[in-house]
Amino acid sequence: MAKKFAIIASKGTLDGGYPPFILASTAAALGYEVKIFFTFYGLQLLRKDLNPKVSPLGNPAMPMPIPVPSIIQVIPGLEWFATWMMKRKLKQKGVASIEELREICIDSGVELIACQMTVDLFDFKQTDFIDGITSGGAATFLEFSSEADTTLYI
Amino acid sequence: MADFDIELDASGLNCPLPVLKARKELNGMKTGQKLRLIATDTGADKDIAAFAKMTSNPLLDFYIDGEKRYFLIEKGAN
Repeated sequence: MAKKFAIIASKGTLDGGYPPFILASTAAALGYEVKIFFTFYGLQLLRKDLNPKVSPLGNPAMPMPIPVPSIIQVIPGLEWFATWMMKRKLKQKGVASIEELREICIDSGVELIACQMTVDLFDFKQTDFIDGITSGGAATFLEFSSEADTTLYI
Repeated sequence: MADFDIELDASGLNCPLPVLKARKELNGMKTGQKLRLIATDTGADKDIAAFAKMTSNPLLDFYIDGEKRYFLIEKGAN
């Protein structure tokens, strides 16, 4: 029987979106049955108009070409700039885009589950999300994770 | 490196793409056929070995030449 991998994806930023999609696509390539449960801000990763961003604000660990004090980081456009720089860097280094990894996950049979409670909470509509996803709640996740070989909260 | 049936060049691609590309290529191959995978991702050294082991597609040969790393993978049963 195939190994099972259960993931909770709770972050919707560019850097927060990579780990669940990288691990899920790779696990699927290794023959795992994989389910990702998207909750809270992680739901952004299921959007049709996927456009995750990264911000240095509140993240003192983010490498910057020059030091940018927090008070400057609130200036409009800096988040856009940081995202643009990160995306350029990812491309230069031959890292797949989030969209590409999500596509591979879907093609390789990873089940993408939207947490119904948070879908309601944020007034998301089914049409906001890509096709082929399912929805479920805490018990749905726990049923699968109770049999999983690996479970991660990201 | 011994003979191979299919060559896949994943040079310039970073984790996890070499593994994912290898998976896709192997899916279309017959048992016993050999895939030569070329990569420049240094992380692939261990990743491809782990992938080969976990999916029962034996890694027959591996060597590094400059920046390039060459993997010879045999397509296992199913």
